[in-house]
Amino acid sequence: MRTWLNRQRLLIEYTVAALGRRRARSLGLLLTYTAVVFVLASVMLFTHALRQEAARVLAHSPEVVLQHLVAGRHALIPADYLERIPRQRGVREMTPRLWGYFYDPVVQANYTFMATADAPPPGHILIGPAMARARGVAPGNLIAWRAYDGAVHTFTVAGILDAHSELMSADLVLLGEDDFRGFFNYPEGQYTDIAIAVRNPREVRNVATRLSEALPDARLILRDEVLRTYAALFDWRQGIVLAILSGALLAFALLAWDKASGLAAEERREIGILKAIGWETGDVLRMKFWEGALLSGTAFLSGYVLAHVHVFHLHGALFRPVLQGWAVLYPRFALPPEIDPLQVLTLALLTVLPYTVAVLVPCWRAATTDPDAVMRS
Amino acid sequence: MSQPLIELREVCKTYNDGQPNAFTAIDGISLALEHGRISALRGPSGSGKTTLLTLLGCLARPTSGRVRIGDEDVSALPERFLTELRRQRFGFVFQQFNLIRGLSARDNVMLPAFPLGQPHAVLSARAQALLERFRLAHRADAPVEWLSGGEQQRVAIARALINDPDILIADEPTANLDTRLAEEFLQLMAELHADGKTIVLTSHDPLVLDSGLMHRIVTLRDGRVVDAQ
Amino acid sequence: MRPAPFRPLPSRPRPASTYVLGVFAALIAAFAATFVDAARLRAERAPHTQASIALTARLGLTDPVLMTEARYLRHPSQADLHAHFQDHPLAFDLFPGGSLLPPPRHAHLAQPSATAD
Ligand SMILES: Nc1ncnc2c1ncn2[C@@H]1O[C@H](COP(=O)(O)OP(=O)(O)O)[C@@H](O)[C@H]1O
Ligand SMILES: [Mg+2]
Repeated sequence: MRTWLNRQRLLIEYTVAALGRRRARSLGLLLTYTAVVFVLASVMLFTHALRQEAARVLAHSPEVVLQHLVAGRHALIPADYLERIPRQRGVREMTPRLWGYFYDPVVQANYTFMATADAPPPGHILIGPAMARARGVAPGNLIAWRAYDGAVHTFTVAGILDAHSELMSADLVLLGEDDFRGFFNYPEGQYTDIAIAVRNPREVRNVATRLSEALPDARLILRDEVLRTYAALFDWRQGIVLAILSGALLAFALLAWDKASGLAAEERREIGILKAIGWETGDVLRMKFWEGALLSGTAFLSGYVLAHVHVFHLHGALFRPVLQGWAVLYPRFALPPEIDPLQVLTLALLTVLPYTVAVLVPCWRAATTDPDAVMRS
Repeated sequence: MSQPLIELREVCKTYNDGQPNAFTAIDGISLALEHGRISALRGPSGSGKTTLLTLLGCLARPTSGRVRIGDEDVSALPERFLTELRRQRFGFVFQQFNLIRGLSARDNVMLPAFPLGQPHAVLSARAQALLERFRLAHRADAPVEWLSGGEQQRVAIARALINDPDILIADEPTANLDTRLAEEFLQLMAELHADGKTIVLTSHDPLVLDSGLMHRIVTLRDGRVVDAQ
Repeated sequence: MRPAPFRPLPSRPRPASTYVLGVFAALIAAFAATFVDAARLRAERAPHTQASIALTARLGLTDPVLMTEARYLRHPSQADLHAHFQDHPLAFDLFPGGSLLPPPRHAHLAQPSATAD
């Protein structure tokens, strides 16, 4: 056992010395490799944590949202619509909602306005943290907007929504129903849509089916479907990034293969020498294995650790340009880390194995040649 | 010496056997080399000296015939055992020295011992002692390509001795050396002989062959022994 | 000529592998530490999720604020005149995915009126 350990140590010693000779090449390879792992791991950790967080939060969104259709297109809920909805035993609560969008030319951002029952007094608003940052306002400040009808409305910022709810509230403006209708010139008695709470969660689909039978001009959006859509959406976005990256990865693999397998004549000669002076084929292969494993292992470990810091401590700062795009408002992603060991393992295998094999295979061919060839180099 | 240390019997070596370009480099040589002697193989270029060395040194297996090292028939041993044998009993000094570029002299000397798995410190001290013996201690940390030809050869000899083998094999050791260095080399061989090493070398350098140091000179031509005094 | 530097004893240079293995061990430790750190952060941040949950439940929010650059991106789940998922939250009209994989049948309501426009 001791001998075995010592031998591995010595083989590693040789590997390190051999890598040290081509320091620039080895370092370049290590850095590229680390960067690839870093990006892959960042995407993986970020999307996984975001998906889990969104799932946790959206599990509390309305079970059913009912929209009104006119000629197959989305329209406001008419005043009498609530009465037309048949009373159903399964429905616990029906809440008509008022919300819409407003473009703020000052900071060139889109806000989501929403009327709430427990809103601040008339003329006052609650705003989301990201928009407070964008506008640079604090509670007590005044904000004036020119509404869609041309009139200027002034509101007092009554407060800023909890920063911890930023994922859901970054761009929100909460105000009273009268303020909302006044600001948007919203037709009296009409609503944007209706949120429906169902008594028994298992009954949602039946309730929705009965509702859609009774109201052919309604469109029903189920929470389960939204959740599924979001799960798919993140998968899909992750897929895009991975698709782009797999191109890079492929290029990298080719490069690595090229570097590792285009076993230079020099390296071939060295393997011959080692065999002639008493190294077994196995020793040469073990030495090469250590080269591949140490290099790719180091790249994986440092790439992953960097990705962890990036996603969970720096809030995925490097994704910001990608995810934010042209948006002005961008939430801070202080996501609770969710780590899927299987994903990490897959990443480890996908990064460490191919390179190690790419290093070993050509070497195996060189290592099985006859040792007497050295006599004539 | 009753039993020869190395014994060849009817040994043939055919390169590319069975192919159209087959070439018989060693053609039925029988030879016995005694323990503790210095033997030289001589002959014109292409006569098969190097090939014979690879057979003696277990670097290659004969196409036919038997090779014995001590009391062991090695001609049929699988590669693994040949390697082990090579590591334990032979030290090689190649014509081009075959040092590994980029590694320090000390690391080069230590290399043959790596598969044995002794502690690094022990190996390092042993290599250092050998380098000191060959007046190379001050060059121990220098990459081998910085060393002169003579120094490189001394590193190669030190490397051949790291596992304390009983047989030293050298192919054209003085081909790349000037007279002074060649004499120095012979001096070293005399010392190693005094240590009890068995030495086999090839040469067509009169300086070596006529030095009086050779106990035995075997002359080859076209893969056959023409004179074995 | 410069005299060769004097070496009192055969130096016993620390093998280079010691450093490399040291760094490697440190990396493994850091790797393990990320899991501890993740658990710590999760415990620390999990309560924060309650703020989002409370707000979502109170206001009936349907979508996280991931994209605000255009109105049609803000609430992808809510069909709208200009919404991305116009027909159905599960239908991707946008990208090959939608054409390759239509929404699963079980996700449709029985009524055609609710399925698509
Ligand atoms: N690997 C090989 N394949 C084919 N022929 C070889 C090979 N190695 C050596 N030879 C031939 O065998 C003969 C003997 O070579 P060698 O043993 O190197 O002679 P020497 O060392 O006496 O100059 C030469 O004619 C050489 O061309
Ligand atoms: Mg020769």
